[in-house]
Amino acid sequence: MPDDLPLIHARGLVKRFGDFTAVAGIDLDVQAGESFGFLGPNGAGKSSTMRMIGCVSRPTEGTLRILGKDPARDGVAIRSKLGVCPQLDTLDPELTVRQNLTVYARYFGIGRRAARARADELIEFVQLTERANAKVEPLSGGMKRRLTIARAMINEPELVLLDEPTTGLDPQARHLVWERLFRLKQQGVTLVLTTHYMDEAEQLCDRLVVMDGGRIVAQGGPRELIERYSTREVLELRFPGDDQAPYAEKLGGIGDRVEVLPDRILLYTADGDDALVDVTGRGLHPSSVLVRRSSLEDVFLHLTGRTLVE
Amino acid sequence: MAAAFSVLEYNLVSYRRTWRGSALSSFVLPVLFVLGFGISVGSMVNTGKIGGTSYLSYIAPGMIASTAMQIGIGESTFPVMAKFQWIRTYHSMYAAPLSIGAIVGGDMIFVLLRVVSSCAVFLGVTALFGAAHSWWSLVVPLLAGLIGLAFATPVYALAGTVQDANAFAFVQRFAIIPMSLFSGVFFPVSSLPVVLQWLAYVSPLWHGVVLSRVAMGVEPGNTLADVGHLAYLALWAGAGYWLVLRAFRRKLSD
Repeated sequence: MPDDLPLIHARGLVKRFGDFTAVAGIDLDVQAGESFGFLGPNGAGKSSTMRMIGCVSRPTEGTLRILGKDPARDGVAIRSKLGVCPQLDTLDPELTVRQNLTVYARYFGIGRRAARARADELIEFVQLTERANAKVEPLSGGMKRRLTIARAMINEPELVLLDEPTTGLDPQARHLVWERLFRLKQQGVTLVLTTHYMDEAEQLCDRLVVMDGGRIVAQGGPRELIERYSTREVLELRFPGDDQAPYAEKLGGIGDRVEVLPDRILLYTADGDDALVDVTGRGLHPSSVLVRRSSLEDVFLHLTGRTLVE
Repeated sequence: MAAAFSVLEYNLVSYRRTWRGSALSSFVLPVLFVLGFGISVGSMVNTGKIGGTSYLSYIAPGMIASTAMQIGIGESTFPVMAKFQWIRTYHSMYAAPLSIGAIVGGDMIFVLLRVVSSCAVFLGVTALFGAAHSWWSLVVPLLAGLIGLAFATPVYALAGTVQDANAFAFVQRFAIIPMSLFSGVFFPVSSLPVVLQWLAYVSPLWHGVVLSRVAMGVEPGNTLADVGHLAYLALWAGAGYWLVLRAFRRKLSD
């Protein structure tokens, strides 16, 4: 395969289920060594796109090439070079940690001895050595996720697909998973992930697309997107009472833009502290105040008028 | 082929957890049947004779065919639903470089091994009690494998299509139980009313029972009829296999 050909190449990619359009025509190019993310709320079309990239779902329209091959013809050959971490766990709860890996290795035609060696290596990588001979059933959600990631690496894949790798995990377990994924990224593994957590996208992705309603609404690096679609800082204000809107009207002219959420007001500005001086100068006294840097959440809010996690 | 064997390997690793219980029941059950039906019921039926053979010899081939059916179906209901909906094993296999054909093929070889080995044990036990009257008895485990597949494949397709397990109770009540009773396992079909006789002829089990009885030397064979019975079983297995591939394709790939 020539080096300049992208690992994933899509033009006008569409996926329809009956009348419902899950993916409404997207263009993508993911290069080797990149860490690429799909950011968007539930139902944005991220998982449908991932399933097409994983060659388990056929595009309704458009061109798709994975590793330079056509999934409609070479699905099995492509999948032999992919590592997949699905959204829902597909580990066998009755088998041991090691068996889950060795059995899976055999699906890739890896010899028994090599499978065992590779399994032990990966079990160590995801820090499950002490549980290697334990059944999967009683493991915590975070451990199962790490094991799924290990399983995705069993064939030394050219491309790793992670569909919401940390959804449903507690913060500590999430950080452990991120740390392992970051290590893979440093080793030069090409990661493609979907997420609706902006901090996950910011931590792991070199480049990402923001998806909404089956379309790509923006793409770029995390910092690049923030600079393009948001201000440097955000002043978050909470006013007493259920309705924040009347307060927003009184903030006109302060900062570049105002967003009213049900429980707070976001004031987009280059300098949050300066803006706060202006707010109090107008005789307004919010019950709580937070100055923070803009995030991808703000980018999403600006582009779609909605928050990512509702 | 290697891909299908990797699926078989998963099934065997998975089976290793429960093989003791399952091996025990495949040995203990036939012994209980032989003692319960063959010997004690047999002593009261026609003073132990039907058409010149002992009652044990009469029901042993039918019991083996019926066991093949039950194992074939047993491996095709909840285990398949679990692998689609609860454990999602099939999804994990299809994400790996396995085709639908390899996944289904590996599962079918496993069903075949389960049926053939259990029925071979059953045959051995009944032979010890003098129920095998011909060297053709040795093909009975293979015949049982075909009977098992004739039932396993359509039920696999069903389990890969329906959303919940209610369908299995329906199959049990309206297919398995009537078939077990009216397919000539315990008494000749000719003693049934004509309507029920035709139901027996439609059921793959009856064809399996007749063939087992011929193979074990209990009833005389008829080459043309026997080929017909085999073809009928193969038709069920073949059509069922096609349905399984279709159901799996619909479920795993959209």
